[in-house]
Parts: sequence; structure tokens; C-alpha cells
Amino acid sequence: MAGFDPQWFATRGFGGHGAALGMRYHAHGDDWAELALPYDERLIGDPASGVIASGPIITMMDMATSLAIWIKRNAFVPHATLDLRVDYLRPATPGKTVIGRGECYRITRSIAFVRGQAHDGDPNDPLAHVAGTFMVVGDVAGMGLNRRIEA
Amino acid sequence: MSIGLPPYAEILRVSVEVEAGAPPVLVMPFADDVLGRPGFLHGGAISGLLEMAAIAALQHALEAEGANGSDPRIKPVNVTVDFMRGGRDKPTRAAGVVTRLGTRVANVEATAWQDERDKPIAAARMNYLIVRD
Repeated sequence: MAGFDPQWFATRGFGGHGAALGMRYHAHGDDWAELALPYDERLIGDPASGVIASGPIITMMDMATSLAIWIKRNAFVPHATLDLRVDYLRPATPGKTVIGRGECYRITRSIAFVRGQAHDGDPNDPLAHVAGTFMVVGDVAGMGLNRRIEA
Repeated sequence: MSIGLPPYAEILRVSVEVEAGAPPVLVMPFADDVLGRPGFLHGGAISGLLEMAAIAALQHALEAEGANGSDPRIKPVNVTVDFMRGGRDKPTRAAGVVTRLGTRVANVEATAWQDERDKPIAAARMNYLIVRD
């Protein structure tokens, strides 16, 4: 596959866990991608308040940052999450769609460095901040990545 | 003891194994709904399981503490998850350990494993704010 088109990727459906949560494509740029997680009672983590659990937000941020990496590499290169840190700045507002923006700010041959934020309407009032790293799985040299990354 | 699992736990199909006196162990079966790349668990599903195990351990510790009949609320501040191994087609277990339980802050670690407990597939460190009325 030449290049990487996140919209095309998303129209195939996220499958698996992303589909189970109802995650959708929202927007993207050169090194970032945004996903949307519509409010759903099945995602509630605190029944008393109706606030969704943090797990679905981690899943969305993991996926949004992954997309950002594939966009920046312009290739769908399988990778695994090495680590992901999430700061919970405030609870998500019940009833509102959560938007997750992932950004890839640095890639090397095998590691990608990402950061991102999640909000529920106002990007200047984020509800979560994430930072993480991903590692290419399998044969790095055999993926034709070197030229693109070192360029 | 009571372990309140939220609606989100049903998406992960999480159930609880309780041994007397020990922090609860959560079990998540392998299913399409928790898949990431083909054949592997999604990191987000593993993270969700780890967070629930951490909260279950914290609830367990708060109950053991007595808490004078009050019901402290738990607010997550942050989580850092390290992924060590891919999650394969088998059940995943997770349990939390409360490293420090203070009046306002709790530090909790949780690990997730499949075959052997000392070969974790992922581990998380979490900080929680405890709100006591």
C-alpha cells in the first residue's frame, strides 16, 4: 500500500475494541489525527455521575496517536505501544462527544514519540493529556522506512 | 466485600475472582470486542482492565482501613501504562497493589498477566485523589 490515508482506514471501520466503543474518524493533518467517541451509556465508569470510564479514552488516544504515526510515516507500519501516560485533567461531561487529538512529534527507525489531548467541545478546555511511545514490530530494515525517516 | 463494576466492565466482559483477605483479581476473556491488531488485545482494553483492577484494590484497602462508615470517593489523577508483551488469545488477569494509602492520595500499581503472574503483559502506576467527607 502506497502512503497512508486515515479516512480510508477509518471507513473500513476500526474493528475490534474501537468498534465496540463506537469510535469514529474526525479529522487529520500532516502529523496529527482526531477521533471522536460519542457519549454512550455503555461506556460509563461512574454510574452515580454518568461520567464515562477512562479506559475508552485511553483506547481512543492510543488509536489517535497511532494514526498520527502512520500519517507521519505515510505508511501503515505495524507497531506496539511501549508506554502511555494519561493525565486526567477533569471528568468528561456526560452526554458530550469526546474528541481525541493525537500528534506524532518525532519518529526514528523504530520508535515514535507521541502526545495528545482530549476535549469535549472546547480544545482550550482539555479533559485529558497523554504522552507515549510506540515501537515498530518486526523487521524495521525490511519495511523500506529508512529513506523516508532519514530524509 | 463489595466491588462495584461499572457498565464499561461489561464491554470488556470483566469478572471478579475474590480470595478471602486478598485484593481481588479481575479476569477479562479474549473476545472480538477487545481486539486491537489482528490476534492481539487492544492496549486500551488492557489499560481499562488495569485501571479497574487498581480501583478494586483501592476499594479493598479502603474497606480494610475501616473508613469509619464513610464512603470515600476515588478520583483518578493519572496513569502510566507499560506494555511488555502482546496479549494473545487467552484470558487476561489483573490485580492491583496499593503501595501507599494516605488521607488524600493513594499510589497504586497494577499488573496484567496471562500464563504466569510473574510474566506480566502490562503494568500500570496510578495516582488517585481520595475525597473523604
